[in-house]
Amino acid sequence: MTRVAALNASSWWSLRLRWRRRTGRPRLPVLSMALCILLIFAAVAGGAIAPFAPDEPDFTAILAPPFWMEGGSTMHLLGTDQLGRDMLSRLIGGARVSLLTAGAAVLVAGTIGVALGLIAGYLGGLVEAAIMRVVDAFLALPFILMALAFVSALGTGIGNIILVMILTNWARYARLVRSEVVSIKKRDFVLLARVAGVRPMAIALRHVLPNAMTSILVLAVLDIGRAIILESSLSFLGLGIQPPDVSWGLALAEGRTYMSVAWWLTVWPGVAIVLGVMSFNLVGDWLRASFDPRGVL
Amino acid sequence: MGPFILKRIGQTLITLLLLTILIFTLARLTGDPTPLVMPSEATDADRTFFREQYGLDRPLHEQYLVFLRNILSGDFGVSFRYREPAMNLVLAAIGPTLQLAGLSMLLAIIIGVPLGIAAALRQGSWFAAIVRGYAGLGQAMPSFWVGLMLIMLLSITLPIFPSSGYGGVANFVLPCVTLAFFASASVTLLTWANMTEAMRSDFVQMERVLGIPNRLIVLKHALRNASLPIVTYLGLQFGLLLGGAVVTERVFAWPGVGQLVVEAILNRDFPVVQASVLLTAVLFMTVNLCVDLLYAVLDPRVSA
Amino acid sequence: MHRETSPPILTVKDLTVAFGPMERPARAVAGLNLTLQPGEILGIAGESGSGKSTLCNAIIRTLPRSARVGGEVRYDGRQLLALSEREMRGLRGSEISMVLQNPMTSLDPLFTIGNQVDEVLRERRRQGQSNDQVTAIGLLRRVHLTAPELRLRQYPHQLSGGMRQRVLTAMATAATPRLLIADEPTTALDASIQDEILLLFREIRDRAGTAIIIVTHDLSAIRRLSDRIIVMYAGRLVEEGPTATVFSAPRHPYTRALLDSLPQVEGDTVTLKAIPGQVPNLAELPHGCAFADRCPVAIARCRTEDPTEMQLGLRHRAFCWLADTAS
Ligand SMILES: Nc1ncnc2c1ncn2[C@@H]1O[C@H](COP(=O)(O)OP(=O)(O)O)[C@@H](O)[C@H]1O
Ligand SMILES: [Mg+2]
Repeated sequence: MTRVAALNASSWWSLRLRWRRRTGRPRLPVLSMALCILLIFAAVAGGAIAPFAPDEPDFTAILAPPFWMEGGSTMHLLGTDQLGRDMLSRLIGGARVSLLTAGAAVLVAGTIGVALGLIAGYLGGLVEAAIMRVVDAFLALPFILMALAFVSALGTGIGNIILVMILTNWARYARLVRSEVVSIKKRDFVLLARVAGVRPMAIALRHVLPNAMTSILVLAVLDIGRAIILESSLSFLGLGIQPPDVSWGLALAEGRTYMSVAWWLTVWPGVAIVLGVMSFNLVGDWLRASFDPRGVL
Repeated sequence: MGPFILKRIGQTLITLLLLTILIFTLARLTGDPTPLVMPSEATDADRTFFREQYGLDRPLHEQYLVFLRNILSGDFGVSFRYREPAMNLVLAAIGPTLQLAGLSMLLAIIIGVPLGIAAALRQGSWFAAIVRGYAGLGQAMPSFWVGLMLIMLLSITLPIFPSSGYGGVANFVLPCVTLAFFASASVTLLTWANMTEAMRSDFVQMERVLGIPNRLIVLKHALRNASLPIVTYLGLQFGLLLGGAVVTERVFAWPGVGQLVVEAILNRDFPVVQASVLLTAVLFMTVNLCVDLLYAVLDPRVSA
Repeated sequence: MHRETSPPILTVKDLTVAFGPMERPARAVAGLNLTLQPGEILGIAGESGSGKSTLCNAIIRTLPRSARVGGEVRYDGRQLLALSEREMRGLRGSEISMVLQNPMTSLDPLFTIGNQVDEVLRERRRQGQSNDQVTAIGLLRRVHLTAPELRLRQYPHQLSGGMRQRVLTAMATAATPRLLIADEPTTALDASIQDEILLLFREIRDRAGTAIIIVTHDLSAIRRLSDRIIVMYAGRLVEEGPTATVFSAPRHPYTRALLDSLPQVEGDTVTLKAIPGQVPNLAELPHGCAFADRCPVAIARCRTEDPTEMQLGLRHRAFCWLADTAS
């Protein structure tokens, strides 16, 4: 059956070649890589670089606009919300929560998925069939709906949201790793190792996993973007991060009421989400194009 | 065609069955619904009666079988909140959701397919770069934010379209544009990648050296071949659209399944949550099954 | 067989095709010259990667846009490289035609054979290159396809590789082109069918006087089929001459190595002598002769100076410093 070509690998690649030709170095991935690092830095450094605590109210500056507008001040560069909380600080705090949840979820989901995928692909037979049907069941729903089903059972808050994201994400890794294992298993060096009497799991860990690692890495980076969107969607719906924690999606939901008087409450968190998602997606696409120019992923 | 489709149907049924187990497990994880349903002044006898009535006192596997039998006969239980069969609530909400998702899908195809083809034919041009930018934005912008920005611009700043509600044609504009923006991004990239691949295939090269007009090569041969994976993917895309619809409906107060399920979760109205999730899954799987059937029709190699 | 006196149908002069970055170009074809008489069959030999396909695609102008092409390709007096895409399309299929290497993938899998043959016929008629007397069935008969009526209704996957190559040949010769390029037309086919397909090409030449360029690394096929042969290595022409002459007295060490690499059958033992070493990276060719590193007889001069053309007799030439010394 016809293979579904990767969404963007090849087309993207030729575009990047143009960039590279003119500058000697690819600019777009470098830029987005820098943005990713900046976001991670904001998430880690958090309180140290933010001008205020994310939930510290300033009753003298309620709904203050960004600094360049009339009534704004350089004290609150991006303005304040309905309680006078500094938007910039809230965005930095949001970066922390968004990246923490996304990163933790991708890490754990990846580990579980990779392990199950290795087992399924390596053992084959009934075990494989069983694992893969469960994988199908977990992928049978659009991921937001799946997440909602889990939220309804587990509840909200940072811990639960991470759990929900793990539950919605692991299956994709299992599916990817299983298909990688099945194809790698047929290659000579694995067959040789097997003939030489190396135990199956040892082969899987020593030979198969390193070979599948690049695809897993690409999927993981792309997944961070997806996880940020999922978390912010849930938080926007009121089913994700709960106050007093901050998150970009939550800030958006809270700012929505004041949309007609204070655009900055809804615009900034959205911009943060878009930049975050986009930079991880670009880095992921770039990794994919460099590792896998034919676009099998 | 026979065995291929039969196998697909079999797989789908197994997946559905596993999904019911998953949903059932989740429902049990939420704990005993008795305190949620019974008024606080209810007596212990009342509570016991409720438990017995809903079979909550029986062993888990029996409870699951009852659950399965009930949902097979379309009985998802009664909404704790509305005191109405959950199934009816979902069926009433599914119409608006399908309208929204279907219309957005159509719009996404109308926008995405031509953009993807054009970009594939002008690989490396500025036009392609702009299309790539559009698609990248569409993938990175969460639909609830797009919706809010549209409301801000087109119903608050310039009051052209209503910001919420359901009924008139004008009500469709903003929600559809919101969803279609997101969906058209994927459709564009998908068409682009598959057209590029099709244009590189040997038969296109052969048609070129035979002097077949470009129009025929692109629109008849390359597009038809590219459409096979595109059609397959549109099925999955429809699932993403249903997911996107959940959030979009919330933004625009659209009376669909998304709105229903979110409110049900907030109110811990589990029968409605279960009914919405399972019915959406059935819908999604049916669409994908139809897509595979369509595939068999489109590709002579499958039916052979 | 060919008419020496008539003007050549095709003249390639100093053709260069480069890929990759400007600073470090990979020249898949480098300064190649050749001529082709009407009705002549020219064989092109060389290991894979030596630029044979690139040369063919440069002539019919179907190289990818990333290719940089220089030099001249004259067909019937017209400089093809200077034609607009539109003018070029008018020539393709009707005057200059081509059969590709892989018959398994060269037909659109989603349309019937009849649909695709008709499409070609319609285009030929529109150009006034064909008339209503020529039918799809007639075309398929001409290439000796069995049960043509049935084939028209079938899809490509229902035909064998040999049948598909016949269909493709029928499509390529629907309008009696004056130049037919066949890029490894038999490589993907079973050995038993290869000969029949090759015979088909000879028949086309004999019937219509079509000049044919046939690329193959099956040297025995070239020997039986072609009037003249050119040998390519790393994008360059290394030897050219009448088939019989080149086969009996090859003058370039690379040609000799190629001929030696043919399976030798002695009694019941078959020996294969592969050419040692690898095709060099086109972007990092050393000074001098590109073959020097693999050449068993290379001298110091081969590594410093590009070999010049050595005229070795009537229409026989080689690019080797040692070509005129007896081997
Ligand atoms: N589109 C392309 N881009 C870059 N390099 C190419 C391209 N097409 C061919 N080449 C290079 O040109 C050389 C000759 O290839 P080709 O003409 O296919 O050789 P042959 O047909 O003799 O096997 C090879 O080294 C190949 O890598
Ligand atoms: Mg070739």
